[in-house]
Amino acid sequence: MTDQATRAAGPAPSPQRAARDVPDVPKEPVFTTQDLNIHYGSFHAVTDVSMEFGKNEITALIGPSGCGKSTVLRCLNRMNDLIPAARVSGEVRYHGIELYGPKIDPIEVRRRIGMVFQKANPFPKSIYDNIAYGPRVTGMKVDNMDDLVEQTLRRAALWDEVKDKLKQNAYGLSGGQQQRLCIARAIATNPDVVLMDEPCSALDPIATLRIEELMAELRELYTIIIVTHNMQQAARVSDRTAFFTVKVNETTGDRTGGLVEYDRTTKIFENPSDQRTEGYISGRFG
Amino acid sequence: MRQSGRTRIAVDAARAGTESLERRGIDVKGELFRAVLLLCISIGIVMLATLLAYVIVAGWPRLDLSLFTEMPSTRDPNTSGFLPAIVGTLYVMIGVLVTTVPIGVSAAIYLEEYADSSKWYNRLIEVNIQNLAAVPSIVFGILGLAFIVRGPWGLGFVAFAGSLTLMMMVLPTVIIASREAIRGVPSTLRHASLGLGATRWQTVSRQVLPVSLPGILTGTILAMSRAIGETAPLLLVGATTFVRFLPEGLFDGAYSVITVQIFQWAMRPQEEFRTLAAAGSIVLVALLLLMNSVAIWLRNKYSRAY
Ligand SMILES: Nc1ncnc2c1ncn2[C@@H]1O[C@H](COP(=O)(O)OP(=O)(O)O)[C@@H](O)[C@H]1O
Ligand SMILES: [Mg+2]
Repeated sequence: MTDQATRAAGPAPSPQRAARDVPDVPKEPVFTTQDLNIHYGSFHAVTDVSMEFGKNEITALIGPSGCGKSTVLRCLNRMNDLIPAARVSGEVRYHGIELYGPKIDPIEVRRRIGMVFQKANPFPKSIYDNIAYGPRVTGMKVDNMDDLVEQTLRRAALWDEVKDKLKQNAYGLSGGQQQRLCIARAIATNPDVVLMDEPCSALDPIATLRIEELMAELRELYTIIIVTHNMQQAARVSDRTAFFTVKVNETTGDRTGGLVEYDRTTKIFENPSDQRTEGYISGRFG
Repeated sequence: MRQSGRTRIAVDAARAGTESLERRGIDVKGELFRAVLLLCISIGIVMLATLLAYVIVAGWPRLDLSLFTEMPSTRDPNTSGFLPAIVGTLYVMIGVLVTTVPIGVSAAIYLEEYADSSKWYNRLIEVNIQNLAAVPSIVFGILGLAFIVRGPWGLGFVAFAGSLTLMMMVLPTVIIASREAIRGVPSTLRHASLGLGATRWQTVSRQVLPVSLPGILTGTILAMSRAIGETAPLLLVGATTFVRFLPEGLFDGAYSVITVQIFQWAMRPQEEFRTLAAAGSIVLVALLLLMNSVAIWLRNKYSRAY
């Protein structure tokens, strides 16, 4: 399903949980970035991003394709290290610790900051082994793996659907179930943060809804940062929204991604302060 | 609306070109090309079939159990068999297997998962593996004679010297096939594993290798079947000896292999020995076909799209 379809089908996006009290600035930041710049080789993909991500909040990153949302997201758990050309400069602090400091082990970082990808990517193993993989490779102390698998699947609201086929290959699940399995797999190690890169872009509306419900529940336990193309989704699930766009340098013509506006989701969708944000959320651009 | 008017004209023009749906005569060039291709394939198949038929007809009278159980004899071709050569081949192939697989797969893992291909030394390794695959087998025989049988290693004319010589020859095949298989593992799988905090080695050993195993196995079997049919390099590293006893081990005593034994029988003037050679060839060809079939079966069974 495309964004266009979503946009056309539903009413204009409006924040669903206005009731939830979101402070003006995150009370307890999990991540703080200061003048974050990311290059791929000589290409300046993201320029000067400074923002804070709050604990136990859902932060949405929105913006047109190619504006660097995934790039910023991957930089928060050092997945960018896997791209040889990628170079990060500026500051990224995680609970005050410089994430790109010389002593930081990217593997330890990823154990605390899990990730869910755009396309569901379960391992070609059983459902059980998919969940148990993280605890096994990280050497987590587990008294009873069966219990852990059950608890995790329950937390991911998947238990009832898969409890009779734990030993079956995960590829037998539907697309939406596979993606929820990937979320379950990510939380099995009890991370601090879960990063999600367009987790619903390949799913139908019902599967999307289930994942959104799941995110709302998981917020109590984890900090969630989600990249989404779907503005209604951002409006529905997130507490805060950051709008990125592609900025064009007028003299050189170089394009680079950057943060335009970052605020409470209600503010962004009801009363954005930047023209570009307003243009994007009203569907006039992007 | 000017715009839509122009679009209409463009669409009409495009349609005009596809108006006729009927065939426009015979595509002579295409048909000719197809005929040539068919001819080429036929030549290959006919030659193979002729060869097989000839060998089977020639060797049929001696294709019995004594072939597998008897020692060779230069005096009595009718009770002469291939036993030491079969055992020798087995020894040599075990040696090839246990050396080629670990070295070849490790090299493939290094090149695919760890090597930074922008570094000159990694590119040098890659180019050299390609080159190695193109070296004539007799050259490996000379190398084996100079460095493994004599020279620094000085193993002597033993089965393991034959193994190492053949290993050098088939290593590029195994490396290239394994790299191919490892490269076929989707990167989403690696990212999933690394994203959970797995180390690179955990990712390789628990995700990448199991998925690429069928491809690696296929490459290995094909490499082994190439090694088993090889004669030239083995002639240089000791398999020439006419042995009437079983090899004592991988590292002791003279040995022979099936191909060399066939070669020796075929060189003799008497008709009976030629029959014996043909019978040995049947065994060898059957073995090769079996190995290749297993490889193809494996590939088909496990080839799936992610
Ligand atoms: N691995 C990469 N190598 C080089 N350029 C990349 C890579 N990944 C992304 N880019 C570039 O960086 C920019 C931002 O990409 P991305 O973060 O994927 O955008 P988004 O997720 O907002 O669509 C794009 O111009 C894209 O082409
Ligand atoms: Mg993206």
